[in-house]
Amino acid sequence: MAEVALHQVVKKFGDVEAVRAIDLDIPDNEFVVLVGPSGCGKSTTLRMIAGLEEVTSGNISIGGEVVNDLPPKDRDIAMVFQNYALYPHMTAYENMSFGLKLRKFAKAEIRQRVEHAARILDITELLDRRPKALSGGQRQRVAMGRAIVRNPKVFLFDEPLSNLDAKLRVQMRTEIKRVHQKVKTTTVYVTHDQVEAMTLADRVVVMNHGRIEQIGTPQELYHHPRTRFVAGFIGSPAMNFIPCQLEQAGAGLRVRISDTIALPVPAANEVRYRPMVGKELVLGLRPEHITEPRHNGRDDSCDFAAILDVVEPLGMETMVFITIAGTEVCGRVEPSSAVDAGASMRLHANIDRMHLIDPATGAVI
Amino acid sequence: MSTLAATVPAVRRARSRTSLHRSRRWALIASYVFLIMFAIFFLLPPYYMVVTALKSDAEMARLATNPWFIFDGVTLDQFRILLTQTDFLIFFKNTVIVTVCVVAITMVVSVLAAFALGRMKFWGSSVLATGIFLTYLVPDTLLFIPMFQIVKSIGLLNSYWGMVLVYPTLTVPFCTWIMIGYFQSIPKELDEAALIDGAGHMQMLFKIFIPVALPGIIAAMIFAFTVSWAAFVYPMAFLYSSDQQVLTVGTVTSLIRGDVYKWGMLMAGALVAAAPPLVIYAFLMDYYIAGLTSGATKG
Repeated sequence: MAEVALHQVVKKFGDVEAVRAIDLDIPDNEFVVLVGPSGCGKSTTLRMIAGLEEVTSGNISIGGEVVNDLPPKDRDIAMVFQNYALYPHMTAYENMSFGLKLRKFAKAEIRQRVEHAARILDITELLDRRPKALSGGQRQRVAMGRAIVRNPKVFLFDEPLSNLDAKLRVQMRTEIKRVHQKVKTTTVYVTHDQVEAMTLADRVVVMNHGRIEQIGTPQELYHHPRTRFVAGFIGSPAMNFIPCQLEQAGAGLRVRISDTIALPVPAANEVRYRPMVGKELVLGLRPEHITEPRHNGRDDSCDFAAILDVVEPLGMETMVFITIAGTEVCGRVEPSSAVDAGASMRLHANIDRMHLIDPATGAVI
Repeated sequence: MSTLAATVPAVRRARSRTSLHRSRRWALIASYVFLIMFAIFFLLPPYYMVVTALKSDAEMARLATNPWFIFDGVTLDQFRILLTQTDFLIFFKNTVIVTVCVVAITMVVSVLAAFALGRMKFWGSSVLATGIFLTYLVPDTLLFIPMFQIVKSIGLLNSYWGMVLVYPTLTVPFCTWIMIGYFQSIPKELDEAALIDGAGHMQMLFKIFIPVALPGIIAAMIFAFTVSWAAFVYPMAFLYSSDQQVLTVGTVTSLIRGDVYKWGMLMAGALVAAAPPLVIYAFLMDYYIAGLTSGATKG
């Protein structure tokens, strides 16, 4: 149990800067997920914490102690790999006990720890099997068991669910969360899957091009993204980005997204947006905020009609795709209110949840 | 209409199944024919050896009889005389000592070298790995003259310990090459997991790499064994007294006197000499193939 801190950490591979001066403080017992597209530097960051990659500059500390020059075994960390990395010639029990044996633990203590971890992970009856005789999910449990028995200061997970099929992935996700609730240990988890990030994390760190774009709770990232990248990365289906112009409309403001559609800006945002009047901006609106009108006709200023290009019924909801001034826009409507593709449908933009993005900087205003 | 449409593809499917069945049967017959032909081709010489080794000298001298069969009854005299009245057992003992030492030296050197070259990336490691392989390409028929100078200057001429010194120049490069390929095929997360678990490089090698790469190591061992058991050029050039001689050269030089060939004993000697490799191959063949192929594809 310990806090992890990264201060101005840089990693260069030759001339390529994989991680660019990142700062990150992870308090004790927190579950932090590093998320981002491939090549964003998230795995490299994790491997630097593990000690598998050297830090080019900056400091990494675990439990208040700078560990830059400590080898992995002295950092008191445990890591779960994407391809499990189980020792193929050892049984599950031997795999889990290997680290303890190397650290010269007593046999009884090893047995007790392995059995305890096996009970937590529900793999007691698999302990005699070799990895070859285990399924993907079982292997991943053994790999987690190997981490748990060590009772380390920090757990590191490197895309542990990527090799599993979709159903098992959901199941193991819950499992990992359950284990973290039982074994309160600081955890750094790397994934490219934003759903995994949102469901598991106490805090999510969104990375892009070796930089941290934003750190926050899943809710913060979802509702208050600071950049266009975060807004587009978090949430599925992704947020709609519609080119728009901010106009003066009487005392208030409105965003014009096409010749015919202009949406009034909520009064709460007006002060923030006013300096941007007249500029070309990008309106960010999540699909769930483009719905059929649900206001019983009281205020139809945010309603507009559109021809549906594609209709995708998902059962609980229906995704509709329309084109506004050349941009494809996705909406999420009640299945009963959806019309067929090619027909016109009245839609409502929940403009209270709008984000306005400066296309020059990519920052959310 | 619908029944017709359903039956046509069904008939076609049945027909294609029989034609598939037929072509499979022909392939089987053809492979058996060729396998039997090759088996006969390769087994005839050993058969001839066995038959000759079990004959008496008198029968061999009689040119009228068919040499492929035994007419005067089976005798083990050739083996008895070979083992009791010649230096054959000394040759055998020398060969065993040389081979065991060479295999041990080869395994220690090439496993360590391959681990370093295959897993611990360092400056020049790939050039070194290629260099080691290139040394294997120089044949022993070219090397034995400079080797003669070296062995002579160390004072190991006409001593089988000289063989223990020179055989590894043939075995180490190839075995290292096989092992590099094998070690490289082991995912790198395995050593990272071991590093995090607290293993040092030596523990990693002995507790993880050697057990995981065992098929490759056994393949390399069999190779080293075969080379050193069957080596001919070096002992021919470096050994001349019979108490230091090894099987390959010793059998031939002691049983061929001028133009007198002791065929029966020569064949008996060859059979006894061929027995150890045969036994080892029979037991470890599966490992050998697994090791060679995996080294070949991943290396």
